[in-house]
Amino acid sequence: MKVLLIAAGLAVLACAPFAVSDYGLGLLIGAVTYVTLASGWALFSGPTRYVSLATVAFYGIGAYTVAVLNEALPYPLVLISAAAVGAAIALVVGLSTLRLAGIYFVIFTFGLAELVRQLITWFEVNVTGTLGRYIFLDLTARDIYWQMLALGAATIGLTAWINRSRLGLALRVVGDDEVVAAHSGINLARTKLIAFVLSATILTLAGAIASPRFVYVEPAIAFNPTISFLTVIMALLGGANRLWGPALGAVPLFLVFEWLSANFPDTYPIFLGLLFIAVVFALPDGILAGLEKLRRRGGEVRA
Amino acid sequence: MLLTTLILGLVLGATYALLALGLTLQYGICRIMNLAYGELTLVAAFLLVVLFKSFGLPPLVALLLICPAGYAAGWCLYTVMMRPLVQRSGARGRLEVDSILATFGLLFLIQGGLLVVFGANFTSISYLDQGVSVLGVPVALNRLVALVICVVAGGALVAALNLTRWGLTIRAVAQSPGSAPLVGIDVNRVARQGFALGTSLAATGGASLAMYQTFSATDGVVFTMKALVIVIMGGVGNVAGALVAGVALGLVETVVATAIDPGLTLAATFAIFLAVLLWRPNGLFGRRS
Repeated sequence: MKVLLIAAGLAVLACAPFAVSDYGLGLLIGAVTYVTLASGWALFSGPTRYVSLATVAFYGIGAYTVAVLNEALPYPLVLISAAAVGAAIALVVGLSTLRLAGIYFVIFTFGLAELVRQLITWFEVNVTGTLGRYIFLDLTARDIYWQMLALGAATIGLTAWINRSRLGLALRVVGDDEVVAAHSGINLARTKLIAFVLSATILTLAGAIASPRFVYVEPAIAFNPTISFLTVIMALLGGANRLWGPALGAVPLFLVFEWLSANFPDTYPIFLGLLFIAVVFALPDGILAGLEKLRRRGGEVRA
Repeated sequence: MLLTTLILGLVLGATYALLALGLTLQYGICRIMNLAYGELTLVAAFLLVVLFKSFGLPPLVALLLICPAGYAAGWCLYTVMMRPLVQRSGARGRLEVDSILATFGLLFLIQGGLLVVFGANFTSISYLDQGVSVLGVPVALNRLVALVICVVAGGALVAALNLTRWGLTIRAVAQSPGSAPLVGIDVNRVARQGFALGTSLAATGGASLAMYQTFSATDGVVFTMKALVIVIMGGVGNVAGALVAGVALGLVETVVATAIDPGLTLAATFAIFLAVLLWRPNGLFGRRS
């Protein structure tokens, strides 16, 4: 029953582009992109509580890989290369930080996007001599929407599968208590590394799929720190350790963000900062957990 | 050439060391990883510029105002924002994640505010910019003044932490927040003082930086990043380590900027960070695990 419901919902979403205007399609692509990013982020950071602030590092790497390779390789190969680059970088970051306490990981991811941006800028200016690249791909907005929808569905499906597997159980134990996890025979570094690389690959692919919409890509556009920020707050708002939490947080916040950036282009970072702090204080486990708590309290009153 | 790099690196390193000192105090005493630290530094830097340009206040006088103002701001920030998080987390390790997220929001809040008020352009002031000869190397006087401020502020703090009874209680809380109440220490009060003191150091560092460097409203993340790397290099909570690591980072950065490319300073910072993580994750002066 549940599977049927999800399949029907997916079919409706897949047909949506035929019913909406171009602007509506743009909104749909944005919303699905953020659902994918938030779900991909939560795949690792949800159960383990290792806050990654590097979403845009991988997203930007995906976009940039497409910008570099889009004329040299056929499109599917470009996507595979982007995923491989993202996975390789995640592996390096994970191997050097995930064996240590969580705080090192947070600090590393905090500066990662800025580091990648500086390195690419330096490389482009000094070696290739061009800052900024064009992406000319024969893809319509609908193609991009369907690809992103497929990636988003795959991400949520993967999360559901991981949640039921031994890996998911191990990740939750790691998130609850690393000492207990180590004592019950979980290989801490390997467990965290697998989830982090999976999550980073999804984020990279999302960047690669979204990039033809940019047409023109340069480091300052591809590595916009607001994307990292939005991804974290969306996943937290919905509930980062719930399957549907990130998606639930992403859609309303994306719309709010669109409205704010259209109407208050200068002050929207302030609103978002306030919103973020409000979420951390008022809904530390997300909307879903907050609703459950409310319902439980209501039940007690009635009983 | 080499001597010039050395002296300029030393000045920059002293400012970094002071910044890292504040961050290591905040993390060491309160267990709060403050990602908005660089933004607090920037607020002080902009404040100095405004006081100088609009009110004609000499930066050295302005510094005397900014330093206690930083303490007050930190005090309020801890009471209003951090204390509820500390209370909520109880004895569990939840505070670290909560504080990271809350200060991440604060980062965007302050950055947004600075962008609205000051715009995205680079800002600088010209103050005491005549050259002074140090060992035959011409150095701008404002850099030397900044160096003296950092040495005095950092030195006073290290002495206070190591020699006074107040320093002893601070170190006790940093070492074992669970046992400190057993000997009659009010952990909440000490943590508030530590956080306020750290913010005051951030403000002092930012104000002294504003005397000789150009900066913009979006630079905060980079300051935070550098301070964090210095804290890791020196060993978390290790004050002397942070001082040495800060000077070392300033030197490395100046060498990279003059010898290779100024655009790669953050890459150099990260290279050091990676090396420390792989080689000695407890810090250069930490005990080997």
